[in-house]
Amino acid sequence: MSPTDLNLKRLAAAADNERRARAAADRLASAAADHDLLDVAVAPVDSPVGELLVAVTQRGLACVAFEDEDRDEIVARLAREISPRILEHPAAADEVRRELDQYFAGARTRFELRLDRRLIHGIARDVLAATARVPFGRTTTYGELAGKIGHPKAARAVGNALGSNPIPIVVPCHRVLRTGGALGGYAGGLARKERLLRLEGVLAV
Amino acid sequence: MSAARSRVSSRGRAPVPPFGTFLEANRAAVYRFLTVAVGPADADDCFQETFLAALRAYPRLTEGSKLDRWVMTIASRKAIDHHRARGRRAIPVDEVPEPGPARAASEPMEPTDVQDPLWVAVRSLPPRQRVAVVHRHVLDRPYDEIAELMGCSEETARANVYQGTKRLRELIA
Repeated sequence: MSPTDLNLKRLAAAADNERRARAAADRLASAAADHDLLDVAVAPVDSPVGELLVAVTQRGLACVAFEDEDRDEIVARLAREISPRILEHPAAADEVRRELDQYFAGARTRFELRLDRRLIHGIARDVLAATARVPFGRTTTYGELAGKIGHPKAARAVGNALGSNPIPIVVPCHRVLRTGGALGGYAGGLARKERLLRLEGVLAV
Repeated sequence: MSAARSRVSSRGRAPVPPFGTFLEANRAAVYRFLTVAVGPADADDCFQETFLAALRAYPRLTEGSKLDRWVMTIASRKAIDHHRARGRRAIPVDEVPEPGPARAASEPMEPTDVQDPLWVAVRSLPPRQRVAVVHRHVLDRPYDEIAELMGCSEETARANVYQGTKRLRELIA
């Protein structure tokens, strides 16, 4: 069907089409950000607790995920609950990267990042707001936190809310322990919780 | 229409994928199309314009299926607009430019031989004919799809392909 005498197909036979397409796609994120068309930027951030995936919106940091979490699932959730205009854009995470680096280097005890709380729903809003006020190097308990938000008997619900924390490390749910000092749980795994508490001097090195 | 038909159309709408997924799935096809439709030197600009336009419209999408056709429609429009905006940068075939650094500098990203008679001929086509010919003879699309992508009737799509091809033959001969 195609006119073989003209051999038009050879015009599209660029061997490096895939590479050029990928390079162009990578540049799109910056252009999108410049035009204010990028609602959610995702980027990897290296850390001593493994590579983190962070999501930053026009409002602030919305999500920090550990490397063993399902990346596609997280991106799908961000698309559903914030906006489908999501692209990988490492430059958008520069500030987050800087503060996390400082934190892990022991040079920062308080995050000054703006937060986007759109992934936080229901009782978790109160629980995580109270959690955010627990200072570096200190801990609280599930029960204490339940009392602080006015539901002293809701320690279990508090535990669930902490488990759903979309912004771990920065919203320091690792500072919440069981009464009596047991570690309790951690969505990122207890090894990471221990590591963070050691970094903050709560647990002995 | 029939019950069977309405059942098909109402059955689970495909969710709109995250933009990054959509971009990854379509970037190669769009780039390939634009490379021939506007030339290697301008493919990149048109690629950015195409996906920025898609990004602008993205929040209004309610359906995640056929996004490949949707983005190709945008790319087709951008390719046609691009030629119109620039005026046709036609290089008359009987005035092949002097080879040399001056020419190379003015088209730094054109890796394909500027004097390749086929490229010269393709560049001289009117925008709609060029886009139609690329869809038909480079990417093997059926006429009904070309019509959809170019927002015209199938008859017009056929006519554009026919006239474009004829002109190419005349130029190459």
